[in-house]
Amino acid sequence: MRSFQNRLLDFTARGVRVAAISVDSVEINRGHAQKMHFTFPLLSDADAAVIRRYDLLHRGAGPKNTDIARPAEFYVDANGTVQWVNLTENIAVRARPEQALSAIDAAKGGRRD
Amino acid sequence: MKRKWNWPLWVGFIVAVGGLFSYEFFAQFPITRDFPWANLLLFAIGAALLMVGLFRAFGRPQLYRGKIFGSILTGIAILLFCFFAYEIFYVLRQVPLSAQAPRVGEKAPKFLLPAQDGKQVALADLLSSNGAVLIFYRGHW
Repeated sequence: MRSFQNRLLDFTARGVRVAAISVDSVEINRGHAQKMHFTFPLLSDADAAVIRRYDLLHRGAGPKNTDIARPAEFYVDANGTVQWVNLTENIAVRARPEQALSAIDAAKGGRRD
Repeated sequence: MKRKWNWPLWVGFIVAVGGLFSYEFFAQFPITRDFPWANLLLFAIGAALLMVGLFRAFGRPQLYRGKIFGSILTGIAILLFCFFAYEIFYVLRQVPLSAQAPRVGEKAPKFLLPAQDGKQVALADLLSSNGAVLIFYRGHW
């Protein structure tokens, strides 16, 4: 997520917001955002309701066998339609901002309106 | 005659231990996290040094120390490497399939969640201009 923060201007230049979602509490997110200098919203889905709705629940993978989110990245266009999704098969391998940016540019180029 | 200190055994062991415990450091950078080559390199250097040490200890025992502790250190290093390989090549790949996750062309499910400043953020707020990138992550608990 640090890499997304580093490229945040490239997203805002395209009119695209960046937001991150996890089961972390608002307090943890506040501390983490301060420590890492994250300026995009870290959203707290403490009961994993949204994570469940996106079918991204990783059962028992958190502390004391709690349910957490598996890593995943989406680009959702202004109409709310998913234009790009990255579901990693390895927790250590996450999407790079460049992948998301090229997906954004591809979605723009392919739009017919 | 006092036998010589067999330094490759100790240095090799320390390098192998470093291969395991430096993971948290190297995992900060995508290039060494996507594939843990830096850690594997440390393990390889450690293994090479341990081999040199063992060859010395067993080949010229009258000159070098380390038959017993060299074997013990090598055994521990092998166990550490097995643990590392299991975590990296098995545990990290145990990711749910997420077959029902929204696909390209589908509508992203709506949500309303609090941000770090306590304000509620809806998906619609994020999409207003030209859409949004949503990053789901495991969290820091």
